[in-house]
Amino acid sequence: MTETASSLLSLVPKAEARQSMKDFKSDQEVRWCPGCGDYAILAAVQGFMPELGLAKENIVFVSGIGCSSRFPYYMNTYGMHSIHGRAPSIATGLAASRRDLSVWVVTGDGDALSIGGNHLIHALRRNVNLKILLFNNRIYGLTKGQYSPTSELGKVTKSTPMGSLDAPFNPVSLALGAEASFVARTVDSDRKHLTEVLRQAADHPGTALVEIYQNCNIFNDGAFEVLKDKQQAQEAVIRLEHGQPIRFGADGEKGVVRDPETGDLAIVAVTPENESRILVHDAHAASPTTAFALSRLTDPDTLHHTPIGVLRSVQRPVYDTLMADQLDSAIEQNGKGDLAALLAGGDTWTVVG
Amino acid sequence: MTSQVSSPVEQTDDPEKRADDAQKARSRPDGETVVGGQLPPGEGGEKEVRRLDRVIIRFAGDSGDGMQLTGDRFTSETASFGNDLSTLPNFPAEIRAPAGTLPGVSSFQLHFADHDILTPGDAPNVLVAMNPAALKANIGDVPRGGEVIVNTDEFAKRAMAKVGYETSPLEDGSLDGYQVHPVPLTTLTIEALKEFGLSRKEAERSKNMFALGLLSWMYHRPTEGTESFLRSKFAKKPQIAEANIAAFRAGWNFGETTEDFAVSYEVAPAGSAFPTGTYRNISGNLALSYGLITASRQADLPLFLGSYPITPASDILHELSKHKNFGVRTFQAEDEIAGIGAALGAAFGGSLAVTTTSGPGVALKSETIGLAVSLELPLLIVDIQRGGPSTGLPTKTEQADLLQAMYGRNGEAPVPVVAPRTPADCFDAALEAARIALAYRTPVFLLSDGYLANGSEPWRIPDLDELPDLRVQFATAPNHTTEDGAEVFWPYKRDPKTLARPWAVPGTPGLEHRIGGIEKQDGTGNISYDPANHDFMVRTRQAKVDGVEVPDLAVDDPDGAQTLVLGWGSTYGPITAAVRRLRKEGLPIAQAHLRHVNPFPRNLGEVLGRYRKVVVPEMNLGQLATLIRARYLVDAHSYNQVNGMPFKAEQLASALKEAIND
Repeated sequence: MTETASSLLSLVPKAEARQSMKDFKSDQEVRWCPGCGDYAILAAVQGFMPELGLAKENIVFVSGIGCSSRFPYYMNTYGMHSIHGRAPSIATGLAASRRDLSVWVVTGDGDALSIGGNHLIHALRRNVNLKILLFNNRIYGLTKGQYSPTSELGKVTKSTPMGSLDAPFNPVSLALGAEASFVARTVDSDRKHLTEVLRQAADHPGTALVEIYQNCNIFNDGAFEVLKDKQQAQEAVIRLEHGQPIRFGADGEKGVVRDPETGDLAIVAVTPENESRILVHDAHAASPTTAFALSRLTDPDTLHHTPIGVLRSVQRPVYDTLMADQLDSAIEQNGKGDLAALLAGGDTWTVVG
Repeated sequence: MTSQVSSPVEQTDDPEKRADDAQKARSRPDGETVVGGQLPPGEGGEKEVRRLDRVIIRFAGDSGDGMQLTGDRFTSETASFGNDLSTLPNFPAEIRAPAGTLPGVSSFQLHFADHDILTPGDAPNVLVAMNPAALKANIGDVPRGGEVIVNTDEFAKRAMAKVGYETSPLEDGSLDGYQVHPVPLTTLTIEALKEFGLSRKEAERSKNMFALGLLSWMYHRPTEGTESFLRSKFAKKPQIAEANIAAFRAGWNFGETTEDFAVSYEVAPAGSAFPTGTYRNISGNLALSYGLITASRQADLPLFLGSYPITPASDILHELSKHKNFGVRTFQAEDEIAGIGAALGAAFGGSLAVTTTSGPGVALKSETIGLAVSLELPLLIVDIQRGGPSTGLPTKTEQADLLQAMYGRNGEAPVPVVAPRTPADCFDAALEAARIALAYRTPVFLLSDGYLANGSEPWRIPDLDELPDLRVQFATAPNHTTEDGAEVFWPYKRDPKTLARPWAVPGTPGLEHRIGGIEKQDGTGNISYDPANHDFMVRTRQAKVDGVEVPDLAVDDPDGAQTLVLGWGSTYGPITAAVRRLRKEGLPIAQAHLRHVNPFPRNLGEVLGRYRKVVVPEMNLGQLATLIRARYLVDAHSYNQVNGMPFKAEQLASALKEAIND
């Protein structure tokens, strides 16, 4: 059984009046470092929320620990700043028991992929109705600059003066491997793209994972410069749009094709001869294979050939809906619970005075 | 019935009598409760029927022999007959330990009586041993004169050698002094089922039902329940159902016809020991599950369980997952941490939230419990304690998580602790834990243990209208006016009486707020690192838990004793049985039992001060005693046992006697 976005979103009450960005700003002073990429993401989210038109008392932001996880304090919705790595599990209990809520998780690369890796993958496989915003700055910020599970190999930090020894996760690849039904990537500084990705994520029934590349100007400044600098970005960024040929570079001179030998994807210079072979992006493909292959085009060191946009968006049963359905059918089959009958059970005896 | 307060006429845990029960039953009438001698013959003809006041039976076999099922069925028959009873299942952690070995022995002990009893009994009067390993592992617990029913088919040389029997104990005289009934159970079962066309192996499997039939005959148990149980258990395999019923009946008939079993026994219903009412048999985990469902109804809040399977707590997850038509949501999480995380999320959303686990799981949940303390949300943490540390003894009982429940978190993180005392009491204790959690917006520990979880006893089914009202009010409107006159919601503005903060659930317009694990400002709930505020908040959270209203501790002291025995949790049965023995011997002793371990009852200090000596028996190395000594500066004496088993009444009685005479 699948369901449409509208059928799930319709469970969340609508706002009575028109909302503006201001409605979503809390009275708390924002305390990120000046210049942090988190400001841009906060502004984009606050700016996007009115578009959803949901009653803001029915919106909840849940976070873990880390710089990004301060996010809920700045949203004038319900919110919980929880403990390190556990936000997906807390949000799962909330979403599964309250289908009238729009539940968002804000997390970082350390929070989601290191200490909380287990909860993230299980939330994705269950397809709980959560929107997970993973701010990836490829560094530990709040603990002052240790390497993270997305840092490039050989990263020199306070805890790795001779370079880090472990290969990084690619969060998009990881999510696809964890049976995610919606996976996207965007960049903090591209508000338009970020907003469009949020729009699609909000519309998705089930767990949506949005990786947001976010600059930490204190401990990992410029980590995504290659994707932001207009000149370099042409080569580095592959913008994915459903139904469009996957082309990038100056004037779309490069494209992605499937290698007929291996089935893997390759990057080619587009020519009139091969133009018809350029892959058309299908975010709704039943199989995650191509989305995974796209995610592997990125060079983990240089970030060259980084696909951004919605890599995968497919419909499959939503955990909270299935849970609610089981409760309904239990009542259909057995009637509403009769406590006296339950307590009495089958074999009883009576003692008279 | 173990939940009853001791009565002065209680006799059953009398040590001499227990040892002599079989003897007396055969020799002469003994007052009203033990009537020996022949009763008029039953329908069966000439066999003698004797009346006993109580019996302790132990079924023992390989872990694959179905001893737990056999014990459960005998228990159900006994419960429906109306005896008081108490059970002690005892099994290895391995699902199928190596066959025929001592570690693989699984047993089920049942104590039933025509009057109020408190424990599963120290020593069995009757042992059913399905193989040499079961005999070897259990015979030491059977007093001389006891009856031993042995499945002789399994006493082949190799099977005996496996457990170190060089000669057959059935022949070498080592069982002299016992009343041994050698029965070829396997052969008889196969013979009884030969018309069913089953393989030998399949037919053999019903030998536990043969044994059950035989014991059911010996003790005049009703049989309809077992037959209908078998029919429904094997509804999809009617042939297997019928075969099991045939084996069960063959066992019954064997008892009735064979000369080896000359006597059968009656244990009258225990009607007069019970308050009037309707009763059923119930195990601790089942009672606890029903308590949670009932609490949800009484609070008018949906029940949410976040849990990860762990022995001996998983039964609660299984049970609650059956009752979705009560609006119960059960979430089997990816780990212990996610189990409590999901529960906490549901609590934020307005559910009655629960997580169930055992000691190792509590360790993993500690950080989230601390968060719940900081968020001040209602949450039940059910810890079915087992032997520790680490994996410890998963299927055995222990009370060694008390200090973990009290202190096992970073920072000052006080959590109320409630402990049930008997299997049936798990129902009331769950309601009580829910009351505290909801009224004070706090996580609460419910500390049961493996003995309570799997043990069972009769339970008087409560009338729904006698159950407590657990309803609480969600916040619905702003609760504070700022200096500029604005109406705002302060999530940490407390009820002055309970110190509970308002519970404003998402979906409530105008009360949008953010909470978290960072220290927050009193009242507003905004992040605050102010030193004085932190000091105030730490003290306030402690004061809230210290101020939880709990009933005063009742003391049972009919004789003006100088020694008090103080217990908590599942030691109630053995302690009370021991106390009865001492009083019967004329030794005065006072008894009190704690349900509330945090906060302690207000009068505890005063109670302790009344006695020259305080003895604290625990299935740990003195954790309650540590708390008592620290809090009240009382020289409490510990009496400890950590062997994975409940105390035996006799052993406890002699320890208490020493303390009294010391």
